[in-house]
Formats: sequence, structure tokens, C-alpha cells
Amino acid sequence: MSQPVLVAKNLTKRYGKNTIFQNISLTVQERETIVIVGPSGTGKSTLLRCLNLLTHAEEGQIWLDGVEITAKGYNEDRARQQIGMVFQNFLLFNHLTALENVILGLRRVKKLSHEEARLRATRELERVGLADRSGHYPGQLSGGQQQRVGIARALALEPRVMLFDEPTSALDPELIGEVLEVMKQLALDGTTMLMVTHEMGFAREVANRMIFLEKGGILEEGTPEDLFERPQNERTHQFLSKIGDLHGKKASKA
Amino acid sequence: MLLEFFQYIAEGAAITVAVTLVALPLGLVIGLLLALVHVYGGKWLSGLMTAYSVVLRGIPPMVLLFILYFVFSGSIDLSPFLAGSLALGVISSAYQLEILRGAILSVSGGQMLAARAIGLTRLQAIRHVVLPQALRLAIPPWANEASIVLKDSSLVYAIGVAEILRRAQQLSAASQQPFLAFGSAALIYFVLVFSTNRLLDLLERRTRIPANPYA
Repeated sequence: MSQPVLVAKNLTKRYGKNTIFQNISLTVQERETIVIVGPSGTGKSTLLRCLNLLTHAEEGQIWLDGVEITAKGYNEDRARQQIGMVFQNFLLFNHLTALENVILGLRRVKKLSHEEARLRATRELERVGLADRSGHYPGQLSGGQQQRVGIARALALEPRVMLFDEPTSALDPELIGEVLEVMKQLALDGTTMLMVTHEMGFAREVANRMIFLEKGGILEEGTPEDLFERPQNERTHQFLSKIGDLHGKKASKA
Repeated sequence: MLLEFFQYIAEGAAITVAVTLVALPLGLVIGLLLALVHVYGGKWLSGLMTAYSVVLRGIPPMVLLFILYFVFSGSIDLSPFLAGSLALGVISSAYQLEILRGAILSVSGGQMLAARAIGLTRLQAIRHVVLPQALRLAIPPWANEASIVLKDSSLVYAIGVAEILRRAQQLSAASQQPFLAFGSAALIYFVLVFSTNRLLDLLERRTRIPANPYA
């Protein structure tokens, strides 16, 4: 197998005396879609934020394309430029239009000319079906549209891997479908993705691998079939069947 | 006579406006820099900024004006006008520091996170994401501070600057018509403060970020 895109080894995160998670290791291969599930408070979001260095793990190492980004002296901004992130609450730049949200990174990070950035940003908005909303401000967009702009903003920088932190959890039920549709297309296009979500229908359909996180550690991992049909751990079974009742049907319609 | 009264005092208005136009921007530049240091500078620097703000805001502006006036004019040869304006600017910087710090804090957090996530440096994130929003938020409280500085500029009369209040006092003493003299001064101050507020109101509306009223 070729070199993995992202490797994390023995990550441990603490806040004061509180250990959020301990000794988590994971490997993300090119074109892989990995879904992380688990009850709240097990550090799923924190794990994602550790991976793109928005917060720092107390222990452990992370490699991006074979380069250790947790090494002393490594330029963290460079790592983040190559790791896209989509947030639960969108976090679009409120003072910028949809198009400008996408342009900002292209101009300031990729250093593209204004014309080039504009062209690329327009293409990215088209890709998420929002070309006709490019002049709208976040406050003028629905939650689903905002999240699609958030995805376009991250994708525009051509990241090596995309991190999704519960991208549909803050959305009204009828808006979830449009966002899942975009993510499904990304997976089909071979985008490397690591996501935290409760959309089990989506996970089942799209994920190559699932990771079940509980109490600060990886309890079980495998293909969706493994975890849904043949869970090795009673706790995995319990959780997945409960959350499947809540979220599974909704997502499978998408 | 009424017209002469008014004219003489109104000439002081130019000086009042000039004092304000030195003090306010000076306070803004210092206040903004210190607010950024306060929010992003780490524990020690942040404590230092708190001390600066607490001390300056804990002393009557008149007392500070005298102290700073004698510091400024003692070390370098400054006119009362310049010394007074600079002193008012320094005093105002403490209040503007608090206004801007509050605005920055209410924008930062999520917006900063999103900006860093796309690979912007902290400085880029502040410049392109945090400040454009924070400065907008700061306009209403800043308008309040602007009218305070405008009114407090009357304090420089105490160090001999011939602004509105000093002229009104001279006239009052010379003519024994205190009501007319101070009444004119009051009217001029009111017009200045009122128009400043209207202007900043307009600025706020012009820079407001569009949002869907139905959403």
C-alpha cells in the first residue's frame, strides 16, 4: 500500500487533570472515507482538532504525507493549509459573501491573483451547487447552504485530507440531505475524508472504515458491515442500534 | 451683542474640534494596539494591559490631564494645545482599549478557529477576519466614547487652551452675562455632539453586514 496521508500515533489529550482521550492511533489512506462515531464527551471533536493542530495533544505524534507535523519547529500553518476542516456550526466568515469566504484562503494562503482566486472560488461554489448564492452573506443563507459554503471554502485549498466535525448536527432535518449529498459526491470523487457524524445511514453507505470511540479510546474499528452486523463489543452494538434508530432512517433518504 | 458673543465662542469650537481630532484617533491607535495585546498577548502582557486600563480609568480625567500635561510639557516643549490633546488621547485610549477588547472577544473564538483552520497565520486571521467584524461591532460604544472625548475636551481650558469653555468664561466675566455666555457654549457643544453621533450612526448603518430579516 502506498504511503498513508495521515498517521496519528499514541495521541493523548488532557485538559488539566482531565484526560479527554488516551493513546489513540489511526491511519488514513488516500481516497479513504473514515467515520468516527461514539457517545458525546469521548473527545471526537477534540481528536479532529488535534489532527490539524488547532489544539495540541500532550503526547503522541502526527504525520502528514510522511512528514511529522508535530515535530518541534514545524510550521503549523503549513500543516493546516493541507488539512481542510468543516465545523458543526459552519463558522463562515460573517462579514464576507459566500464567494469571498472561499476567496480569502485562495488569496492569502495560496497567494493566487485576484482573478484566479475568483475563478477557482466560483468553481468550488458550483461544485456544492451554490453558484447562484455567491453574493450572499452567511446571514442570508440557510444552514444547509452555509455548510456547503464551508465545505467549498475548505475544498478550494485542495487539502490532502478533509476533516468533518459533525457537519449536519446543527441543521434542521430537511436541510441535512443537501449537505450529505455533497459529501457523498466527495467520497465518490475520491476525496480523503475523516468525519465525526451521527448519520448512520450515510456512514453505512459511504464509509470504508468506521471507528467507534468511547471513554477516550478506540473501542472497535472495522468496515461498516463489521460494526453494524458483527460488532465484537456489546457496547458498540448497543450504541449503533440506538443511534441507528434515531438517525439511520433520516439519512438513508438522503 | 448676542451675535458677537456667539461668534467669539464659536471660534473656540474650531479648537475644541481640533483637540478632539487629535485625541480620538490617538486614543484609537493606542487603544487598538493595546486591546490586541490584551487579547492575544498571553498572560503577562494581558495583566499589564489590565493594569494600564484600571489605573487610567480609576483617576478623574482632570487630575490625569494635569499630571500628563506637566509630564509632556516638562520633558519636551509642547504647546498647551498639543499637550492637552495628547493627554486626552492617552486617557481615552484606556476606554477605547476596553471597548475594542470587548468587541474583539465577542468575534474571536469561532471565527479565529475557522481562520486558522484554512491555514491563515494568527496575524492574517486578526487582520482579515477578526478586526473587520470587531470594528463594526465597536462603532456604537465608540460613538459614545467619541462624544465623551468631545465633551471632555473642555477640560483643556484648565491649562489655558482657548477652546469653547474658556472663551465662554472670559465673556461671562467681562460682560456679567453668564447665562448667555454658557448658554451659547452649551448650544455649540450640543450641536457638535449631536452631529458626531449622527455621523457615526450613519457609518454603522453603512457598514452593517447584510442579513436575512426572515432567517
